[in-house]
Amino acid sequence: MLPNQTLVSTKPVQNRRPRPSWRRLAAWFVIASAVFVILFPFWWVIRTALSTQRELLADPRSLLPVGFTMVNFARVLGFVDTATAVAAGGSGQSINFWLYLRNSIIVSTIVVVCQTFFSALAAYAFARLRFPLRDKIFGAYLAALMVPGIVTTLPNFLLIRDLGWENSFLGIVAPSLLMSPFAVFFLRQFFLGINRELEEAASLDGASKFGIFWRIILPISTPPLITLAILTYVGTWNAYLWPFLIGKDENVRVLTVALAIFRSQTPQGAPDWTGLMAGTIISMLPTLLLFLLLGRRVVNNIQFTGFK
Amino acid sequence: MSASQTAVRSQERPQARRSLLKQWFNQETALAWLFLLPSLIGFITFYAVPAVRGLYISFTNWDMFSAPKFIGLDNYIDMYNDKQFWRSLQVTAYYVLLNIPLQTALAIGLAVMMDRVTKSALLRGLFVMPWLLPPVIVAMVWLWMLDPTLGVVNTALQAVGFSRQPFLGSPDQAMPAIAAINIWQYTGYTALLFFAGLQTIPKSIYEAAAIDGATEQRMFWSITLPLLRPVMVFVLVTTIIGSFQIFDTIAVTTKGGPIDATRVITWYIFEYAFNRFEMGYATAVAVVLFLILAIITFVQMRILRADSSDLA
Repeated sequence: MLPNQTLVSTKPVQNRRPRPSWRRLAAWFVIASAVFVILFPFWWVIRTALSTQRELLADPRSLLPVGFTMVNFARVLGFVDTATAVAAGGSGQSINFWLYLRNSIIVSTIVVVCQTFFSALAAYAFARLRFPLRDKIFGAYLAALMVPGIVTTLPNFLLIRDLGWENSFLGIVAPSLLMSPFAVFFLRQFFLGINRELEEAASLDGASKFGIFWRIILPISTPPLITLAILTYVGTWNAYLWPFLIGKDENVRVLTVALAIFRSQTPQGAPDWTGLMAGTIISMLPTLLLFLLLGRRVVNNIQFTGFK
Repeated sequence: MSASQTAVRSQERPQARRSLLKQWFNQETALAWLFLLPSLIGFITFYAVPAVRGLYISFTNWDMFSAPKFIGLDNYIDMYNDKQFWRSLQVTAYYVLLNIPLQTALAIGLAVMMDRVTKSALLRGLFVMPWLLPPVIVAMVWLWMLDPTLGVVNTALQAVGFSRQPFLGSPDQAMPAIAAINIWQYTGYTALLFFAGLQTIPKSIYEAAAIDGATEQRMFWSITLPLLRPVMVFVLVTTIIGSFQIFDTIAVTTKGGPIDATRVITWYIFEYAFNRFEMGYATAVAVVLFLILAIITFVQMRILRADSSDLA
């Protein structure tokens, strides 16, 4: 056994005997199929959005856009007059994706900034300050983590209605503005792991608790804060039921709600597929952009959040 | 400055001598409450009070316009006697059973393949892309691709000699189609979690097993799977809870139909609350859903021994 063991200890086990290459080939084949299955729908959305409605019906087999046109983007963004929109397969009603895009950006930005900040404050108190009832309150937050969304959605809807905040940005963001149990939990776990010596040194130098939080804890925690911000941003951007219940009005309607309403209209007998797909691309763009910019970080952080 | 001094002093002092008064009224406590205040307001207003209020509403008969009338357990009794309620539970369970095993198996497979041939971050990024998109939009895209007459999936089926399928338009195929849509969206994300789990397994274990002559299959079943258990618990608990609450996909594609083939529990709640205005009954069903999920989570944690790891 001895020669064999020395061999193992000096080289990775794969190199001991050449692995049959068909296995690697099979693995690559599986991965390539997965890539195709994931990418093809994206291509099909682009292909449809760039096609003319009439020719789309005539030629469903072509892998390329049929009757290449940009008119679908123009009409869902409200750039063309009603007659042109109807001719291109739309309903002729004003569909203004600029407005919905703006609304989605407003809602997501407010929620991400406020929720992250207030959750960080709370997380710091739970991680570092000593006060009565601390563990009981934290336990209550943890319990809220387990409650399914639909359970609080109905009473929250009633509350917002009673407050008269329907069809306002305030109503849409209110429930997620001041905290989310996940955000508090996530940040507390991270803050607990920060070395105390830094804070003690700062406090000997006369820094206040808030000064320590603002000048030491937050800067050190930039990576998890960004992770959390991305997750919150994506979650808020993607939400449908809540903004649908609270914000049906055009002025506060977000993209997901707008698309679902758009889909249920069948202007010329069937859904306006080319317009829908153009709207879909517009709704995907910010997320895909964020992903291109921060892709590696997102991937690594998802792996990290899996092990909280 | 003085706040931190108090902190230092109170740490030095023995616990027994800290009077209750000191505990409640010192600068650190005051500061802590200040830090906590915004989140506490949010928690009480949008989590704690709604939970209690929801429970109360579930004991009333209420159309949201007139005053609620207390009716005790009547909503729960009605639910028990309602065939449609049981049917919606059955439909939900069917969806979870279609979704979870296949998605988990595919994700593990994909993770093992990735682990074997490539650690490319680009590829992993590609696989999680669908997860980042709004479920509403993913549903929209597949609604178009699965369209009975114009959909590209049917075009492809015909091209290789199969007949056209109704997919979301048929009571038999609608639920499998919805499960497939969600598998498309979430498998890559789940695979990424498993992939990360695989990176924590020391290679030396595989090397030792290889020396002992273990086959690849044997290593997968005896090393990889058992050591993936912590990830598996996290994945199963979160995906099962998520699956039970499927809503967006159904709201965009089938709206509970055809007939009642996809009327899952959340859609059933939604219909009662916002189409029939029976808020009392709807919240009662939501409370039951909560209990079901709590029990499932508890049982899962027990079976999978969530808090122990074989690697320690």
